[in-house]
Amino acid sequence: MISWFQSAFALLPWALQKTFWIVVVLVILILCVAFTTLLERKVIGFMQARIGPNRVGWRGLLQPFADTLKLLFKEIIIPQNSNRFLFIIAPVLSTIPAFATWAVISFNPDFVLADINAGLLYALALTSFSVYGVILAGWATNSKYAFLGAMRSAAQMVAYEIAMGFALVGVLMAGGSLNLGQIIAAQQGSVLHWFLLPLFPLFMVYFISGLAETNRAPFDVAEGESEIVAGFHVEYSGIGFALFFLAEYANILLICVLVATMFVGGWLSPFEGIWKIGDTWLAQPSFFWLAVKTSFFLFCFLWFRATFPRYRYDQIMRLGWKVFIPITIVWLTVLGVLIAFEVPPWFD
Amino acid sequence: MIALREWSKTLLLSELRSGLAVTWRNMLRPKVTVQYPEEKTPQSPRFRGLHAQRRYPNGEERCIACKLCEAVCPALAITIESDIRDDGTRRTTRYDIDLFKCIYCGFCEEACPVDAIVETRIHEYHMENRGDNIMTKDKLLAVGDRYEAMIAADKAADADFR
Repeated sequence: MISWFQSAFALLPWALQKTFWIVVVLVILILCVAFTTLLERKVIGFMQARIGPNRVGWRGLLQPFADTLKLLFKEIIIPQNSNRFLFIIAPVLSTIPAFATWAVISFNPDFVLADINAGLLYALALTSFSVYGVILAGWATNSKYAFLGAMRSAAQMVAYEIAMGFALVGVLMAGGSLNLGQIIAAQQGSVLHWFLLPLFPLFMVYFISGLAETNRAPFDVAEGESEIVAGFHVEYSGIGFALFFLAEYANILLICVLVATMFVGGWLSPFEGIWKIGDTWLAQPSFFWLAVKTSFFLFCFLWFRATFPRYRYDQIMRLGWKVFIPITIVWLTVLGVLIAFEVPPWFD
Repeated sequence: MIALREWSKTLLLSELRSGLAVTWRNMLRPKVTVQYPEEKTPQSPRFRGLHAQRRYPNGEERCIACKLCEAVCPALAITIESDIRDDGTRRTTRYDIDLFKCIYCGFCEEACPVDAIVETRIHEYHMENRGDNIMTKDKLLAVGDRYEAMIAADKAADADFR
C-alpha cells in the first residue's frame, strides 16, 4: 500500500510534489505555532506559580484551537479614517515573509524545500521584510498609539538589523557557504566542532537581536501593552489580529531554528563521535535533534519574557548601536585571525 | 579596577542570569492555583456575602423597623418604610437593599439590635434582569429561611468574639 502511494507520488509532476511538501511543512508549522502559544502561557504560568490554561481538552491542549475559533468568528472592525486597503493587506504582508523563510530551512540532511545557494541571505532579507507589515499596520490604522508602535518598531529593526547582519557574516566566514545545509555540514565532527564556541559572542548578539527583531520581551516596545496599549495592532480584531499573532510566533520559531542551524549544528547530533553512543541512532543526524535544539531556544524566548522587564527605549537603541555593533566588528576581526591561522578544531 | 569589574559583569550578563535563576526556581515550585469551581478556599464565619433577614423560631420576623441599619449604611443602600401592624407592633412594609450600592461592609448586621439583617456566606449569585439587584423584604426573608441553619451556626461560631 505504502509503496503503491510512493510510486504514484513519484509519477506526479515536480511542481505538484513540491506543493505537497510545502503544504505539509506549512500545516506542521501552523500547528507548532498554535502549540507555542499554549506553551508560552503554560511556561509563564509555571514561572509565576500558576498552572496556566487547563480547561479545554486534556491539560488545556485544545486551548489554541478554542482561541483560533474565537478569533475567526469575531467581527473585523475597520477604523473610520484608516486606509482600508493597507489596513487589510498589512497582516498578510507580515505573515507571508514569516512563512516564506521556511523554504530554505534544512530540516533534515536530505529534506529542504528550496536548496538554494543564497539561503542565509534569503533568510536575512525575509526576516527584515516582516517589519513592513508592522509599519504599514501602524500607519494605515491612523491612530497615535499604532503609529508610535510602528515608528518604534521601525527604528528598532534598523538598529538590530545591522548587528544581526554582522553576526551572519561571522557564520558565513566560518561556514564558508550561504547554504544552510552546508553551514550545518561544516559543523560536523562533535559538539566541539559546532560554531557555538568560536562564534560565541556572535551567537549571543544574534540571539538577542532575534528577540528584538521579533518584538519579544524585553524588546517589545512596539507592542508595549502598558504604555501604548498594543502598538501597531491596537485596532485589529478577529482574523487580522490572528494573522499578526501567527506571524509573530512563526518568526520566533524561525529565529530559534536559525540559531539552532547556524550555531549549534542544526540536525547534527550532540553525541556524534562519542564512544559507544556514537554507533546508535542518537548519534545520527536527524530532524529530532533540530527539534530538540529549536525547542530549547524557544523555551529561552518564553523564559526571558517571564523574567525581564521591558527595556527603556533609549537603552534599546544604545544596546543596538553602541554595544552590539562594536562587539560584532571586534569578533569578526578575531574570527578572521582564527581562520587565517587555521585554528583547530574548527578551521583546519 | 572597579570599572573594569562592573564592565565585565555587564558583558557577561551576570545580573540577567541571576534573574533567570529566580524564574527557573519558581517554575519548579509547587503551584498555588485553586481550581475554583471544584476547589474553594476556606471561608470565615464572618464572611460578608449576600444579605438575608431572619425569623424567630416561631416564624415571626425579627425586624422591628428601628431603621438603625438604614442610618448606619454608608452607601445608602437600604430603604425602609414602616407601619403599625394589626397586632399593634411596628413592622416594615418595605425593606429594600440595593446590591449595586451595597459595599458589603457589614455595618447593618452590627447595628441590628435583634440580629434580623445578616450577611451570609453566599457569594456566588447573579442577576439576570434589570431590577434584580434590589433585594426586597420577601427575597431577603426567603434567603434567610433557606439558609437559617448556616446563619445560626456562623452566628454561634462567632458569638464568643462579639
